[in-house]
Amino acid sequence: MKKYPAWRYALLLIVLGVGILYALPNLYPAQPAIQVTYTDSAKSADQKLLSIIQSELFDAGIITEDLSLKNNNIVVRFQSLDDQLLAKSLLQKTLLDQIIVALKLEPTTPDWLANLGGQPLKLGLDLSGGVHFLLEVDVETALNDKTDGLLNSYRKKFRTEKISYSQSQVIDKQLIFVFRDQDSFSRAKDMFFDDSFTATGLQYDLEESASTQTLKLAYSDLAIKELRDYAVQQNLMTLRNRVNELGVSEPVVQRQGANRIVVELPGVQDTTSAKKIIGKTANLEFRLEARSETSRLRKTEFGFKNSNFGSAYLENDVIVTGDRVTNANTGFDENGQAQVNITLDMQGGRAMQRATDGNIGRRLGVLFVEQKSRSSLSVDEAGQEVIAQTSYVEKNIISLATVQAVLGTNFRITGVGTPQEASELALLLRAGALAAPMKFVEERTVGPSLGKENIKLGMQSIIAGFALVILFMFIYYKFFGLAANLALTSNLILITGFMSLLGATLTLPGIAGIVLTVGMAVDANVLIFSRIREELKAGKNPHLAIQDGFSRAFITIFDANVTTLIAALILYAIGTGPIKGFAVTLSIGILTSMFTAIMGTRAIVQLMYGNRSLRELKI
Amino acid sequence: MHIDFMRFRKILLLVSVFLFVGALISITLRGFNLGLDFSGGSLVEIKYPEPVALETIRFVLEESGFEDYQVVNFGSNLDVLIKIAEQSAGSSVGDEVFNTLTAAGLNGELQRNEFVGPQIGSELRDQGGLGMLVALGMILLYVAFRFQYKFALGAVGALGHDVVIILGLFSFFRWDFDLSVLAALLAVIGYSLNDSIVVSDRIRENFRSERALSSIELLNLSLNQTLSRTIITSLTTLLVLFALFFFGGETVKGFSLGLIIGVVIGTYSSLYIVTSILIQLGLSQDDMVVPEVEGADFDDMP
Repeated sequence: MKKYPAWRYALLLIVLGVGILYALPNLYPAQPAIQVTYTDSAKSADQKLLSIIQSELFDAGIITEDLSLKNNNIVVRFQSLDDQLLAKSLLQKTLLDQIIVALKLEPTTPDWLANLGGQPLKLGLDLSGGVHFLLEVDVETALNDKTDGLLNSYRKKFRTEKISYSQSQVIDKQLIFVFRDQDSFSRAKDMFFDDSFTATGLQYDLEESASTQTLKLAYSDLAIKELRDYAVQQNLMTLRNRVNELGVSEPVVQRQGANRIVVELPGVQDTTSAKKIIGKTANLEFRLEARSETSRLRKTEFGFKNSNFGSAYLENDVIVTGDRVTNANTGFDENGQAQVNITLDMQGGRAMQRATDGNIGRRLGVLFVEQKSRSSLSVDEAGQEVIAQTSYVEKNIISLATVQAVLGTNFRITGVGTPQEASELALLLRAGALAAPMKFVEERTVGPSLGKENIKLGMQSIIAGFALVILFMFIYYKFFGLAANLALTSNLILITGFMSLLGATLTLPGIAGIVLTVGMAVDANVLIFSRIREELKAGKNPHLAIQDGFSRAFITIFDANVTTLIAALILYAIGTGPIKGFAVTLSIGILTSMFTAIMGTRAIVQLMYGNRSLRELKI
Repeated sequence: MHIDFMRFRKILLLVSVFLFVGALISITLRGFNLGLDFSGGSLVEIKYPEPVALETIRFVLEESGFEDYQVVNFGSNLDVLIKIAEQSAGSSVGDEVFNTLTAAGLNGELQRNEFVGPQIGSELRDQGGLGMLVALGMILLYVAFRFQYKFALGAVGALGHDVVIILGLFSFFRWDFDLSVLAALLAVIGYSLNDSIVVSDRIRENFRSERALSSIELLNLSLNQTLSRTIITSLTTLLVLFALFFFGGETVKGFSLGLIIGVVIGTYSSLYIVTSILIQLGLSQDDMVVPEVEGADFDDMP
């Protein structure tokens, strides 16, 4: 009888070993913990804060498992979820807005395992509780604004260059210019042509008609794609900053598709405030500095954002707000000094022109406007201490520069300091500007108790399903059933191990997928055993029957599983979060079940019957 | 034991056609009870410490000016599910509903709150339908490649039959049809195909080896030979599915129901639909071209 090559045993053991190793972290249950940082990002968590927290918790009688200070924050572990919640509300009441307290489940993976890349399974929102938002960036509006801005800037350029035109308008996202003479027409054409070439490629699509002296210009597909990418990137950055403020551990802020952004905040209970913070725009206000003789009623004092000293008086009149800013980036002026270039849309340009005309020499201030919320302690009707959130608006000056000339849609701020400071200013301008409006197109909140409930249900069904199948296999196949059951068990371990290794997320449909795989994995074993039975009936001797049984069954198993894999892959492509989880577990499950059934069962059978001479086989 | 499957085929085919047509009628006329993922709108699940009469909740919502809503129990009589179609307030409707009910004195715990914008809903509908067709198409190609076009038609015919009937049942009984049910359908496609392939594989083998029997006798033989395997696999899969149905909670009920029906119908279709189509197409020995791959199989096993 053909000897089963040693390397196949080795391969089996290696794969199984790797599977077990990476499935291990799941045996170390995560501990409830809180993560505390100072709200002011300039301050790092320090020993002083640690002692305060320690004494507060001690006085309140909350037992802590561990307190540690690392990486700019303090992590405190607790024995139970209740302790965790108690600690959070206690610390928030005592320290109010000075600190941000995030709820966390700290992994307890031992270091040696963590160093190998071992991590417990990531839990999807439906199992961990939390919030999922899908935001769509309105690129249409941004494109329209930009096109308007382009029209205006070319009108200005033509006036300066004395290129005369009789008509200029935007129809259907196309700029249309009709020129008065051939000379203007060809000079304009040259200008468009030159402007159209940038480092990234052709920016404009040009249409011309020499007979009517008309030029039509629209943004090329490349330019539109760049605009879209820019808008999404901008908003992505802004969102990340805002999410950080919420103090959520392990948030997800990612681009999804061409113009959508997904935000996931595990563990967050209060969705209304989360939505407010994420959806709200920071904003900008451009105001002239107040003259000393301006009455108190028409000016307000503001501090500077990046320094605690000094202040300036700005007029109450707002010239232009952040939503009129279409772009802000850095550059260098004639002297090689860093500057910030600002582009406004048409309306913004007009307003800026009106304001600066006649005010050269005065300073223009840019205010950064933030929506914030403040916590305060109060007592409600029941006599309970509660934390109340009040929203307020904070305005700080980020730039105060002298107006050198009448400004319009394009102007620059010079004397901003180092290139570093220039790019920080540009960043703030852009953050306040939100490149394109966003709206919520999808939103899911799962409460924490539902999350726990789902985990319990998932575990229940796995155990129930697994038990039923194992029982059945023992009853029907008896001894061979043992081999199949061992294969099934190692299948489960392998699925868990590989999912943990890949960092895949487990969702409730994902658990359903695992349960399904258990049922379907049996199929491969059944095929093999049926084949062996047939070969025996056909009169072959037991060893040959086993061998041929396995080899003949392999083709069938392969074909059958590949098609299910196709279905799983398609499901992955069209599904959203939880369904993607199902597709992933199904796919991994199919692969591992093929492996365990074909190689695993074979090896076990080989071990059980291989070296004995058999007269007959009971199967 | 040798069951003459083919004897019943004409009657069962009639039953299949009847179910199939009925399903199509139901789908076109009655439509589906679309879940949130496909319809768009808001969904709120609230758990109350004591059972609350649904009428009370409906009354409060009506009074507060909400329109186009459904209020049902979800799992137990302590859990209430409120579905509201797209309103102008957009994504905050769910919160509003919860706050309104709490203000009216109905204090429950918010279990989940979901909002799906209209364009997401229609995108998912399109993607879902497309995905289904792509899956069927790719599978058709794969089976045609591995076997022979007649088998491919048989397999896809059986799949189409299964999918339409399952959709018909969901439509007729107005069971909730959401993304997880679609996932179940795709899983059924994969699973039912398993069955069809195993049977087709056996049919092919028999046609090659047994020269003496007629097509119908060969089909019968193949079915009988694969019968034990078919029954056992279906049985074990159904076992785990029932475990899911009873222990997995309310959210996976639609999923497990779809799969349970799918497994039952899938098994039936592998036995009868595949073979009926093969008979119609006149399957014979001549169709069994041996691809070169075959020869390698016996040495190439792991």
